[in-house]
Amino acid sequence: MTTSENNGIEVRGLVKQFKKGPKAVDGIDLDVAPGEIYGFLGPNGAGKSTTVNMLVTLLPITAGRATVAGWDVATQGADVRKAIGAALQAVALDNFLTGREHLRLIASLQGITGSRADARATDLLHRVGLEEAADRKVGGYSGGMKRRLDLALALVHEPRVLFLDEPTTGLDPQSRTALWEEVRRLAREDGVTVFLTTQYLEEADVLADRVGIIDRGVIVAEGTPAELKAEIGAPTVEVVPTSDSDRAALPAVLAQFGECLAAAQPGAVAVRLRGGSDRASLVTIVRAIDDGGLKIDEIRQHEPTLDDVFLAKTGRSLEGAGDDEATEGAPGAPGSGSASAATADDRDAEPVA
Amino acid sequence: MSTTFRAARAIAWRHLYKWISVPANFMPTFIFPLIFFTGFAGALGRVGEIPGFDYPANYTTWIFVFSLLQTCLFGGLATGFTIAGDFQSGFARRLMLAVADRNAILYGYMLSTFLRAALMSGIVTGVAFIAGLEMLGSVGEIVGMYLLSLSLSLIGTMWAAGVMFRARDPQLGPAMQIPMFIAIFLAPVYVPLALLSGWLHAVARVNPVSHIMGAGRGLLVGQPDDIGLALVSVAVLFALLAVWAITGVRSAERAGG
Amino acid sequence: MTSATATAPAPQGVVNPHAVGTSLPHQVLLLARRSIRGALSSPAGYMPGIVMPLMLLTINSSAMQRSTSIPGFPADRFLDFIIVITFMQAALFATSSAGLGLVRDIESGFLDRLALTPMRAGALVVAQISGAIVIAMGASLLYVTIGLVTGVDFHAGFLGVLALLGLAAWTALAFATIGAWIALRSGESEALQGIFPLLFASLFLSTLNMPRELIQADWFAAITRVNPVSYMIDGMRSLIITGWVPRMLLEDVLVLVVITAIGVSGCARALRRRMAKA
Repeated sequence: MTTSENNGIEVRGLVKQFKKGPKAVDGIDLDVAPGEIYGFLGPNGAGKSTTVNMLVTLLPITAGRATVAGWDVATQGADVRKAIGAALQAVALDNFLTGREHLRLIASLQGITGSRADARATDLLHRVGLEEAADRKVGGYSGGMKRRLDLALALVHEPRVLFLDEPTTGLDPQSRTALWEEVRRLAREDGVTVFLTTQYLEEADVLADRVGIIDRGVIVAEGTPAELKAEIGAPTVEVVPTSDSDRAALPAVLAQFGECLAAAQPGAVAVRLRGGSDRASLVTIVRAIDDGGLKIDEIRQHEPTLDDVFLAKTGRSLEGAGDDEATEGAPGAPGSGSASAATADDRDAEPVA
Repeated sequence: MSTTFRAARAIAWRHLYKWISVPANFMPTFIFPLIFFTGFAGALGRVGEIPGFDYPANYTTWIFVFSLLQTCLFGGLATGFTIAGDFQSGFARRLMLAVADRNAILYGYMLSTFLRAALMSGIVTGVAFIAGLEMLGSVGEIVGMYLLSLSLSLIGTMWAAGVMFRARDPQLGPAMQIPMFIAIFLAPVYVPLALLSGWLHAVARVNPVSHIMGAGRGLLVGQPDDIGLALVSVAVLFALLAVWAITGVRSAERAGG
Repeated sequence: MTSATATAPAPQGVVNPHAVGTSLPHQVLLLARRSIRGALSSPAGYMPGIVMPLMLLTINSSAMQRSTSIPGFPADRFLDFIIVITFMQAALFATSSAGLGLVRDIESGFLDRLALTPMRAGALVVAQISGAIVIAMGASLLYVTIGLVTGVDFHAGFLGVLALLGLAAWTALAFATIGAWIALRSGESEALQGIFPLLFASLFLSTLNMPRELIQADWFAAITRVNPVSYMIDGMRSLIITGWVPRMLLEDVLVLVVITAIGVSGCARALRRRMAKA
């Protein structure tokens, strides 16, 4: 079957089991529509990269079925490879070649030669901002430059489906934003389907049309970021009392507004507000605390985030669920360590007291 | 031109380009064959005077064929290190993603190693002429000798590729080198087969490299002998190692590059 | 072993420079142990260095046996003549062992860290060289044992075997100082690998395979005459196939003195420069 018009991804019951190990991917189903940006979110070790490696034909599948751009990844690997581009988690470059030589080489491997290859290389070097470094050996590139070149290599043959495995890890905020813009442009203007794995909440939230959350090899939630957050429902209010005695009394006061939870902030007490018409405002809550004779240092309201979705679905926070590799990104990288909380706070918090 | 051949050509270009532009890659493949040739041709001239050493040309000519075979075979082993290095740096994944037919990676390395071996054979020949090489065979016979020796570059590459597509680690280089080292040194390197005795004679008699070496020496001096046996040896080695190399590529595919 | 070796966050996790005493011999001893352990921890790294010479010895001693019928050949068995190659290979291995050990310490920042501790950087260099010599000596002992088992007649007797081991150790020292010098100067394993063709050439363009008087090609005989490795080989070999030949031993010792002096002064200069930059 030749389905050249189909740029989508279809996965049914996909399983990957390594020798003597648990199932890294345990029967996932997913559909990505042509031209869609699909964010695949999960902590380290959740099965994101394994899934990508199977879809790009770098790893054989153990069970299930997957088609990419209409081609079966198990039986039509060569056709899949012609249709896709991939920038994987670890950049795959040769330190002894220049950026331009890399692009020409990959173009030749894809059957693009001569002036067409040169023009393509020049265009891509411009698009990823590497014109000045184009004729320098890659061994001297910074981590961010290598990542940008790796992305350019994935785009050489104008793929219909693009796989980006944690593409912004290690990028500075400016480069990250530029990459997001480029990914959006590819999807909107060129109709490229983008399968993007990330452990950064903000990246998935800002960039993806739809998000799938994977944990321990299983997809635990799927939908648009708005849908997923709506599933969680009402916001959470965190209150930091002035004294320990007030902390003991606070849950009784807050319980009238919803369900008390473990707070993210040390020393705080949290409540997830009931939804619907009887949803309390911050003013009402502050008044109730005051009426109870309790004193507080701070009160904050958080709108639901994808981390809350992850927490609700798995009982764990996304930040702590993987290993500490998540903190290796650029300082302040979205979703890395405390930065995710800060991002949520910056956007949604309403400090009152 | 098929996509596979185009991809193989691109892989070969990169390999040759890296070989020439990186001295650390270039120097060993360039210098070692010359050291071996110069060392043996210079030091062992008297060996040609041993009673029963029956060869119509001088000792430099005798040892030259060994040096050519060694240059070609070890050139293939050097390619094994390049393959392993690609896996270690992750670049092999990029190559495996970029080519539709992954056998093209193997074909590319075979092509570049063959071309490199041809160039190196030319250099070794030049040095051998300075050292007194005598070419007594006809043009056809000399071409035949070069083709026989160049076939070892493909055989060496397929062996090395089979090992390194499986191992994907340059540290296992000795495991790749030692069997080929043994194979070539267990042939009649310094003296004719008839002058070897004991276990070495028994092993050299059945070693396919002995037949290739013997045929090459015969062609060089215009006394072709046992060419059929040499061709069969090349064909059998080629067939077995082609399977070894292709299944190596499959092994790398299964491992995910 | 002291606590210094037990709690090491240092490269390869063996020695914590902050925890080591200030006595120089103590430092060298600890660091040499670390260097030996480091070198021996990877069999893939040292096994070829032991196996390949033995393999070449086995094959070549059989393949070249007929050479002993050349009039004037100084030994009845080619094995007796060529066994010296194993000691030379062990010495070449010391070059890489000492050099690569130092390169690793430079790349990991271990050498720079020593500048902040009571340890002396020189101790690390001496230790890496000592470690390489100990490994080379281990290999040489193995080769002598194999020689004795296979019936090599050491003409200089028991004392000659001891002298041979002494010369082998010194040869390893001379080559190890060169390896360490290049490592300290460049800090890169590529530079170290770059000198191997040169070392290999010095071994093969020598009297390794044929005594000088039986070399037919004048140009090659001339090369062996200016190649210092020939004198190292001839000195050690004389103890095996001839007996005590003072002239050959003296030439060997002189060559070793010169190379060691060049290596040691090179190491000292390169170390000073490197530590001044740190």
